Amino acid sequence: MKSKSYNGQVIPINRDNVDTDLIIPKQYLKSIKKSGFGPFLFDSLRYNDTATLDSNDEREENSEFILNREPFRKGNILVSKSNFGCGSSREHAVWAIQNYGINVVIAESFADIFSRNSFKNGLLLITLESETINEIIDSSLSSNSYILDVNLTEDKILLPNDKTITFSISRSYKDRIINELDDIELTLRNKDQIKNYENQMKLSKPWLFNNE
Amino acid sequence: MKQTLYDKIWNDHCILDNDDHSSLIYVDRHLIHEVTSPQAFDGLEIKNRDIWNKKSIMATTDHNVPTINRDQGITDPVSKIQIEALRENCKKHNIELYDLDNLKQGIVHVIGPELGMTQPGMTIVCGDSHTSTHGALASLSFGIGTSDVEHVLATQCLNLTKEKNFNIEVNGMLHPYITSKDLILYIIGSIGTSGGTGYTIEYTGETISNLSIESRMTICNMTIEAGAKSGLMAFDEKTHDYLKDREFLPSSKYYDDALKYWETLISDSGVTFDRKEQFNANDIQPQVTWGTSPEMVTSVDECIPSSDSIDNEEEYVDTLAYMGLEPKTEIKSIDLDKIFIGSCTNSRIEDLRQAAEVVEGEKVSSKIKQAIIVPGSGLVKAQAEREGLDKIFTKAGFEWRDPGCSMCLGMNDDFLQPYERCASTSNRNFQGRQGDKGRTHLVSPGMAAVAAIKGHFYNVKDFMNEK
Repeated sequence: MKSKSYNGQVIPINRDNVDTDLIIPKQYLKSIKKSGFGPFLFDSLRYNDTATLDSNDEREENSEFILNREPFRKGNILVSKSNFGCGSSREHAVWAIQNYGINVVIAESFADIFSRNSFKNGLLLITLESETINEIIDSSLSSNSYILDVNLTEDKILLPNDKTITFSISRSYKDRIINELDDIELTLRNKDQIKNYENQMKLSKPWLFNNE
Repeated sequence: MKQTLYDKIWNDHCILDNDDHSSLIYVDRHLIHEVTSPQAFDGLEIKNRDIWNKKSIMATTDHNVPTINRDQGITDPVSKIQIEALRENCKKHNIELYDLDNLKQGIVHVIGPELGMTQPGMTIVCGDSHTSTHGALASLSFGIGTSDVEHVLATQCLNLTKEKNFNIEVNGMLHPYITSKDLILYIIGSIGTSGGTGYTIEYTGETISNLSIESRMTICNMTIEAGAKSGLMAFDEKTHDYLKDREFLPSSKYYDDALKYWETLISDSGVTFDRKEQFNANDIQPQVTWGTSPEMVTSVDECIPSSDSIDNEEEYVDTLAYMGLEPKTEIKSIDLDKIFIGSCTNSRIEDLRQAAEVVEGEKVSSKIKQAIIVPGSGLVKAQAEREGLDKIFTKAGFEWRDPGCSMCLGMNDDFLQPYERCASTSNRNFQGRQGDKGRTHLVSPGMAAVAAIKGHFYNVKDFMNEK
């Protein structure tokens, strides 16, 4: 198995229920591309003004927001609390996080559709106990630099105080991220089974294919 | 072995089990719209892949479209590119598109059931989290992201891990003018916005059986706000009546067989669910959300809770600051700027009738800057006009618009200005959802209508008794 690890500064978002409207507001969903969302990540918290996809104006940053402060600005490991990614199914939320340069999101829990979208795009989500999350958030907020070392091959995170935390992750998720698999190609290996199922259904539930 | 409704539909669509606890599940119906599909079509193009079953797909334009002055076309150039992309993709692949010039155009979750595209026992997906709506017709329906849209286009399947079974049983009678919107807000207030995460929720009980199909859709629609991707309700006589004469129903040749199958779409009696909660409909008063998460909700006659009753004090303080409200404020004392009646939650004919009953003979308060009614589809709009509802609304000072998602998410020109406060029949009160710094209070159509007339929240039940 290939190895994969991520090393970088933590960006703490100290709240529950970070919703997808907060991650990427609707005015940016009009894009027909998967890229270019990074500048708009957490837009309403990050800037004092609003923008549109096609405006090139200089933005006025909200200096209090975590992404506008050092050392968090260049962070690549986002840490938050429960129900992260709740709300809409917009995959743009995952693209925005990745476009910004974030590789890992650690939280107490994640919303279902967001988890699935992350999996599909190879964004690593890690679930940890609230105690550990609080420790990471508090320590990162009070340090000039707070670097985590996430080792996906061994399911381990090394904290700056040399403490090691083990996390659990499904084998298929891990494979998906490490080997950057093409899901559609994998599914199409079962093409014959899909066709067989469809032919069976055409006999047992013909009305489903009524409008063919 | 006894099965839940969810187990039955799942098993009927399971092609094979993978070795990582997921299964390959066949998708019967795929609904698409302009916002979450362009990158999926692009992905197919790059890999030179075909669409597996074009006939399973139905497309509409809804999220981005203007609800006024449609004859002038789409003036926002960015929105126009996105809508043009859907038109081109549908044309190229020969996919049925209900576009702005079609009377049947509308919000994807309104037109699916309305046209009979949504049928019991189907698996239905759409790149939109409110796909849960269709579960009211005993179909397994859920929202997916764009990668999954591409996956379904190319394979007609998804690799899914089965959720757990959650039964919410509701008994008792809803008081007059208290609706299924109040019921689902009350449930979300109780189980929380992540209460259903990892589950498929089936709603049962006499209250649910007594609800109309449209009212049931409102509950399934907001199931995603409780964290569950799918809400389900059993097939019954009401489902059957609702389906009659819908355009895309099974032809007469197959109808009896279909009906026989649909009648099996109920959970076996005595089946065990992984989790069960019970609610009493008699307890429920009109609900109003006061914060930036749908679980932050209370009855209209109550006050905003004090911080003692909240777990995370910092979040509570931030929420009230965002909402421009003080702890312990009486809900009825909150003044409003805008009123929005619409969205996939509450834009069907019954919703409009409820609002019209309240509005008839009244005037929108001079304190209200704008009150808009956005029917869920062209067919809903036409029906409302046949019943004269549009006249009741416009006479009172409401604007009567063309169908679309509109101010639920404000992707088009219908949105809140900073700090404006809105009584909205939509589904999400997240920060910035209806417009940057906008303040959303979720309510039923009747409650939104009363708020328009009074200029502040008021108990619709009292209003109708006094009327």
